[in-house]
Amino acid sequence: MHKVWASVKKESLLLLRDAGALIILFVMPLALIITVTLIQQGSFKTLSNAKIPVVLIDNDHGAVSRGIRENLENSGSFEIVSEKEGKPLTEEQARDEVFKGRYPMAVIVPKNLSADLNQKVQVNVDKILKDVGIGNDSLAAFREVEPKEIRLYFDPATQLAFKSAVKNSIDKMVSELEVQSVYSLFQEQLSDSVAILSQKSFLHFQEIMPVDGSREVIPNATQHNVPAWTLFAIFFIVIPLSINLVKEKGQGTLVRLRTLPMPYGVVIMGKTLTFLVICMVQFYLMVAVGVYLFPLLGLEPLQAGGKLMLMSVVALCSGFAAIGFGILLGTVSQTQEQSAPFGATSVVILAAIGGVWVPVFAMPSFMQFVSGLSPMNWGLNAFYDVILRNSDLGAILPRLVLLLVFFALMVGIAILYDEKKRAV
Amino acid sequence: MSETLKSRQEPVIRIHTLSKKYREAEDYSVDGLTLAIPRGEIFGLLGPNGAGKTTLISMLCGLIRPTSGDFTINGWSYHSEGKKIRENIGVVPQEYALYPSLSARENLTYFGSMYGMKGNALEIKVDEHLEHLGLLKHADKKIETYSGGMKRRVNLIAGLLHSPMVLFLDEPTVGVDIQSKNVIIDFLKAYNRQGATLIYTSHHLIEAQEFCTRVAILDHGQVLTEGTPHELIKGVAHARSLEDVFLSMVGKELRDYA
Repeated sequence: MHKVWASVKKESLLLLRDAGALIILFVMPLALIITVTLIQQGSFKTLSNAKIPVVLIDNDHGAVSRGIRENLENSGSFEIVSEKEGKPLTEEQARDEVFKGRYPMAVIVPKNLSADLNQKVQVNVDKILKDVGIGNDSLAAFREVEPKEIRLYFDPATQLAFKSAVKNSIDKMVSELEVQSVYSLFQEQLSDSVAILSQKSFLHFQEIMPVDGSREVIPNATQHNVPAWTLFAIFFIVIPLSINLVKEKGQGTLVRLRTLPMPYGVVIMGKTLTFLVICMVQFYLMVAVGVYLFPLLGLEPLQAGGKLMLMSVVALCSGFAAIGFGILLGTVSQTQEQSAPFGATSVVILAAIGGVWVPVFAMPSFMQFVSGLSPMNWGLNAFYDVILRNSDLGAILPRLVLLLVFFALMVGIAILYDEKKRAV
Repeated sequence: MSETLKSRQEPVIRIHTLSKKYREAEDYSVDGLTLAIPRGEIFGLLGPNGAGKTTLISMLCGLIRPTSGDFTINGWSYHSEGKKIRENIGVVPQEYALYPSLSARENLTYFGSMYGMKGNALEIKVDEHLEHLGLLKHADKKIETYSGGMKRRVNLIAGLLHSPMVLFLDEPTVGVDIQSKNVIIDFLKAYNRQGATLIYTSHHLIEAQEFCTRVAILDHGQVLTEGTPHELIKGVAHARSLEDVFLSMVGKELRDYA
């Protein structure tokens, strides 16, 4: 134990005197978490506070185009632009503006949309009423109308998720207008014989949130970002740790350590304990930022109350996994040029397949399988289980065991590799 | 012959048909080498580049495993008593093998702790050695601020802080000024007088002739000759120095290894 403690002391001194490593370990993760959360929260606010400028070209000038305009304006998400320098925009101009990236999107409402929609609905209503024997014979007076299209132009740089969301909401809006027209015509035709038809939607969505005690657990960008980026930061320990091991080879101190009357495991244990302390300090710093700093920046605070203990256990096990990976990488790498880029890239890959950026359910099935092999996925899900799904220790235990097994596996391979190197 | 003298002359290191062939090498680096190194000697392992000196020392220190053969240190076999061997040997590698951002005291305290030393005993030992080698007043400065000679001296202390019975020295004076060299040599001679066996490698044959009590000249992984410097010089016609003996044994052709 005395030797392990001496190793911890040595490793701590080495770290405290390495400004670059301290920046990587503490400053970068904090900068990362604040930046990402500000950006994500900002995007969310943009979407919900009618800040997206949308070009609307109204060639219809009827009830439907008025409905579209009102719906877009009332949605609170869009700012309608129809003119440029005091003159109404044409479709060609709108297309150019959007394709050059000056506006994210344009909506082109075709000519006579309201009249044609009205006529199409009228034909259908009359057919139905005639079939049930309460219509008149005016059907023949109507011509068949061609289907209309509302054209949408998107900035080519617009993200698919945004495009998809906008297309869905416009599609829904047009459907509602169409349904309203049908109801109105029926109402008009039947007003003498039936009670007023209700045009209110019958089906609604109601999202039911998980409950923690008597309080609803409402997910927000902070609840997602703090665990995700904390985990990312914890895994970035791979870089300074592997560099630390590679440096020992370059300095010749590893040669001296190998001649000492102690197993390589003591060296590894010293490093593991030191870097575990770093991981936990990183974790508590991130949590403190989430709880105390985020509200000052106008962001949602992290709701960590009552969960800190379980979150700490997840952070500790994730720290073990990251350290195991760092030890293996540092043991097999010969130079810092090998360990640093490989470490950084592999952490980014582990984060990507672990679901830090893209939810696992949105990945192709093969990548979902691969994701299940990423320790960052185990850690992230354990954090989400605790913070968002309100799980207890028993529920997250399998994920914690996986993280610890990963550590043991990595260290085991590192020790075997070291043994093999001696038998060259 | 008294018992003490007898035990002093008994080999502390016995090497028996020791061989090492690296996995991707065509030839053996150490090829069936047999050698006995008496206790209490300053034993020089001399040879051209690629003769097998470093490989031999690396095996004796436990850094690499032999391909075949055996050796014992103080009667302990490397096969079964590796830990005992490690506890009783010290290594002074050619690289500084120190942490540059730690002070001399922090480095030495750490390496001493790894040998199981602790508390006041460790602190006193560190200070004693630093004082003997003229480094006490710089003890708390970082190694990265030291000159080459100062680093060599700290490197030396790190290898013998735990008072090993056998000390392996790989070019302990390379790259240092004459003052540092004299301090190091005097310090090592004093340490040898306490009963320790020193195994020394160097390309500096004049220094080896003055410093070593016995030498072995190695080439192609085998011992070509072994004896006191005086015996070896006497044994070669017209030789006036160890360098003459060396050149007559290994030749003058370049030994470049890529």
